[in-house]
Amino acid sequence: MSLWVIQRDLLLAMRRRSDVLTTLFFFIIVVSLFPLGVGPEINMLRTMAPGVVWVAALLASMLSLGRMFSSDYLDGTLEQMLLSPQSLAMLVLGKALAHWLVTGVPLVLMSPVLGIQYDLSTDALLVLTASLLLGTPVLSLIGAIGAALTLGLRGGGVLVSLLVLPLYIPVLIFGAGAVEASAAGLGASAHLSLLGAFLLTSLVLAPWATAVSLRISME
Amino acid sequence: MSILQGSDLECVRGDRRLFRDINFSLDAGELLQVHGPNGSGKTSLLRMLCGLATPVHGKICWHGTDIRSLKGNYYGAITYLGHLSGVKDDLTAIENLRISSALSGVEIDTEKAHGALQHMGLGGRELLPAKVLSQGQRRRVALARLLVCGTVLWILDEPLAALDSAAVKLMQNLLEQHLGQGGMVVMTTHQEIDITTGATQRLQLT
Repeated sequence: MSLWVIQRDLLLAMRRRSDVLTTLFFFIIVVSLFPLGVGPEINMLRTMAPGVVWVAALLASMLSLGRMFSSDYLDGTLEQMLLSPQSLAMLVLGKALAHWLVTGVPLVLMSPVLGIQYDLSTDALLVLTASLLLGTPVLSLIGAIGAALTLGLRGGGVLVSLLVLPLYIPVLIFGAGAVEASAAGLGASAHLSLLGAFLLTSLVLAPWATAVSLRISME
Repeated sequence: MSILQGSDLECVRGDRRLFRDINFSLDAGELLQVHGPNGSGKTSLLRMLCGLATPVHGKICWHGTDIRSLKGNYYGAITYLGHLSGVKDDLTAIENLRISSALSGVEIDTEKAHGALQHMGLGGRELLPAKVLSQGQRRRVALARLLVCGTVLWILDEPLAALDSAAVKLMQNLLEQHLGQGGMVVMTTHQEIDITTGATQRLQLT
């Protein structure tokens, strides 16, 4: 069931490639602006890198949240999803996974390349990519709750960032922290385990919360 | 006891009461036509019947059980077509039909989808993206779901809007066939439609 939704959303993303590319290029440009603005101070760039990449990833995933449910809402597909005999939470999980595949995975794949601009070591690059791999699905899952709550509201785009960004803070702290810890020789496993725990918790709770929010928004 | 029963339904939108004390009961093979001027709450009533909206007062029962406690079991027995047809611009007609029926729990193969679209007069246009179809053709894509869904209760909001006379005739046959097989239909329409099979009830909203 969720497979159908994932397949459909990927198909739609393929037909509208510009949406996917804007998110990716936004990420690339924001991350690349910092070395240009701050100057070529290698040590400073190295310290900043994890934070900058992570903040850029948060903003990039915010950027596409508005589209997660709004097009389905506008053309009536969302009503049909609410009336599906299958569980709405599973459909929502499918949509969040599709959102991650379309917006999160390209960021993860791009991050090692961008990390080179900041002169990160190979180890740091690996940890950064691993932290993004664990963290970006959480962003999609939590973002889905915000997107569902602000559905159909005027100015929903701004409101969704106010709602969702504070919830992203733990992911940001432990995501960026993982790279810093590994650079300091402490090992990243504690931070990565916490990110994994966030992922599991949000996998269980976020689809359910999103489903409830959708029902409220659609009344 | 009737299969679908609404009792003492009341709908409030903002601080305006749209209707109150609405009662109806529907049995196998019956059609309920909801009439009323614009803004009288026809769509609100239909959304209530689907469980998308909750009535302020009263309840709707399916085989004697409140639909709110049935949830998935009830959704599996109904097909709702609203004002918005749920047809995606970027998908082709056939993809739209296959995906929308999969969402409603009925997975169909390409052949069956072809057949349904052909029946709705969309033969040769199955592979066109929905954005190049006309309003009436998009409506037909949405209505094609009725052919494959196999549900008992159809809840149709203005199904005839944007359809030409040939398609209205087609719909009429489809409805008659469904009622003849013991199905039930609740619909709103401003156009006159002549259904001879089964019993037709009228519900007037003011």
